[in-house]
Amino acid sequence: MGSTNSTLLKIPNVEVLMQETGFSPAHIIRLHDRFKALDKEGRGHLCPQDFGAIKELAMNPIGDRIIGAFFSPGKEMVDFHTFVKILAHFRPVDKDRPKEPNSPELINSRSNKLKFAFQLYDQDKDGKISRDELLKVLRAMLGMQVTEEQLESIADRTIQEADLDRDDAISFEEFRKSLEKVNIDHKMSIRFLR
Amino acid sequence: MGPFMSPFNNLLCMLLGISFTVWFTLLLVFIIVPAIFGLSFGIRRLYMKTLLKVFEWATVRMERGAKEKKHLLYKPYSLNSIIAKEPTSLEEELKEIRRNCSSRELDEFEMSDTFYFCRRGIESIVDDEVTKCFTAEELESWNLLTRSNNNFNHISTRLTVLWGLGVVIRYGFLLPLRHLLYVHMSVCVCRMKNFLSEKVHLMCYRICVRALTAIITYHHSENKPKNGGICVANHTSPIDVIILASDGCYAMVGQIHGGLMGLIQRSMVKACPHIWFERSEVKDRHLVAKRLSNHVKDKSKLPILIFPEGTCINNTSVMMFKKGSFEIGSTVYPVAIKYDPRFGEAFWNSSKFGMVNYLLRMMSSWAIVCSVWYLPPMSRQEGEDAMQFANRVKAAIARQGGLVDLLWDGGLKRGKVKDTFKEEQQKLYSKILVGTQEVRSRS
Repeated sequence: MGSTNSTLLKIPNVEVLMQETGFSPAHIIRLHDRFKALDKEGRGHLCPQDFGAIKELAMNPIGDRIIGAFFSPGKEMVDFHTFVKILAHFRPVDKDRPKEPNSPELINSRSNKLKFAFQLYDQDKDGKISRDELLKVLRAMLGMQVTEEQLESIADRTIQEADLDRDDAISFEEFRKSLEKVNIDHKMSIRFLR
Repeated sequence: MGPFMSPFNNLLCMLLGISFTVWFTLLLVFIIVPAIFGLSFGIRRLYMKTLLKVFEWATVRMERGAKEKKHLLYKPYSLNSIIAKEPTSLEEELKEIRRNCSSRELDEFEMSDTFYFCRRGIESIVDDEVTKCFTAEELESWNLLTRSNNNFNHISTRLTVLWGLGVVIRYGFLLPLRHLLYVHMSVCVCRMKNFLSEKVHLMCYRICVRALTAIITYHHSENKPKNGGICVANHTSPIDVIILASDGCYAMVGQIHGGLMGLIQRSMVKACPHIWFERSEVKDRHLVAKRLSNHVKDKSKLPILIFPEGTCINNTSVMMFKKGSFEIGSTVYPVAIKYDPRFGEAFWNSSKFGMVNYLLRMMSSWAIVCSVWYLPPMSRQEGEDAMQFANRVKAAIARQGGLVDLLWDGGLKRGKVKDTFKEEQQKLYSKILVGTQEVRSRS
């Protein structure tokens, strides 16, 4: 057991964080505990090795890409705010939250969830998934179980179907269009308890 | 000043002398003599009951205090999950995603397939089973030890006073007492090592048990391990050895350590036929197996005590058992050990604390309370291989002790995940995707 007020006070700018992400105080505290548990050396920030130490993540075929999503290019550290903001992408959409016309888009909106998934493919961040990048993802997910030819044929077919402007790459709009029937909210959300 | 000090000094010396004698007599009568004969006055159980009542009062007080100040009390994340993980498999999820999307079969790649892996990855970042096993279990309520304090900043004066009193008792009374007993015991062992027989061994361990104020409840003693068998138990701390050895004699197996542990190991081997291995030898599994089976064949030798997990786990779950001890073919006597964390956390987090630090924490806790269950003996059945046998024993121990049965390898505490696990995931996905293509012809 612990007292919420005293823990919340230790986190700087916690009000802003709750506002931006929509997490409740209890969630923020639990995530803070988790952050501290992952930060074994108590530095106050996480580095890629701390994520790599999570065994279930190391087993995940696209584990490295997910870890990469936490670190902006050139940065080797993630502080608690960034950690929570990225995890906020996976909050279920608040159906009953009124959409204010001038407010910035919520982190866990459908569009932002899609953007997160898009960046797992688009590693060089040029806004397009090239054939090469698609091949790399396929290789990561399938490992040595399939031949190079099979991979290439899968990649070709995928680009053929999604690429509408025939530039041999999938832009974000094309990505979004090809997934318009998928229930993104359900598939890219985690059920946070209480 | 001169003549005034002298009688005062005398009085002081006399008082000190008397208190020391009283102290010593009490020690002898209440602790050492019962240890020698294996009796108990029930003082420790009374102490335990009193402590529990105090903890209950403290919890009520804290909740009341928190309500008055309008703070919320929350449960630590290691107790309850932050998230609810979907138990669906890869295949089910992919089917569901695609059902809405297109009428295509499962055997074509879709860009939404990554969603499953992505979500699983994020779920494991927020909450994973393995990291939780290697950190000390967090308590539901506070047991007045600073080390298990989670921001209980001055909730009430009475509680702070009680905590202060606890510190005084634990460091001023319990710790010196236990240290004294421990020193006594080491001295005894050193002097009598040439004449140590089973009875004396038991006596030494019993004194050790009292030195730590361990309150142990043994269940089903009729299933106690017999000569020529192997005793396996779940491992939480080096104290497991003391707990089991104070109720029966065992030959121990393990790696030779350096430092304090090494000293203890070397002094033990002079009295009993324990099997200690060098690190380099541990890698040679045939040698280990041969020595173990030779020992077991000799029915006059003591039962071997092995901890198949290979490392200390935090007593909420049981991790994978290494199959080496289950290949030998003798009867296995499973034992389940469960500590009560309210009186002191017994888990040895060896990456965080060294041995001396750990002993200090043990000796300054309230008490070490645990239950030991001796389970009925098991043998390998027809058609069962060593790994299946190991899993069967593990399940029995987990069930009895109320622990979670995990498939993860305890070696993950220090080692990296083997690439084979990632390959399994890749194999699964490729089977779904590509496996059926060999049957259908591509259009």
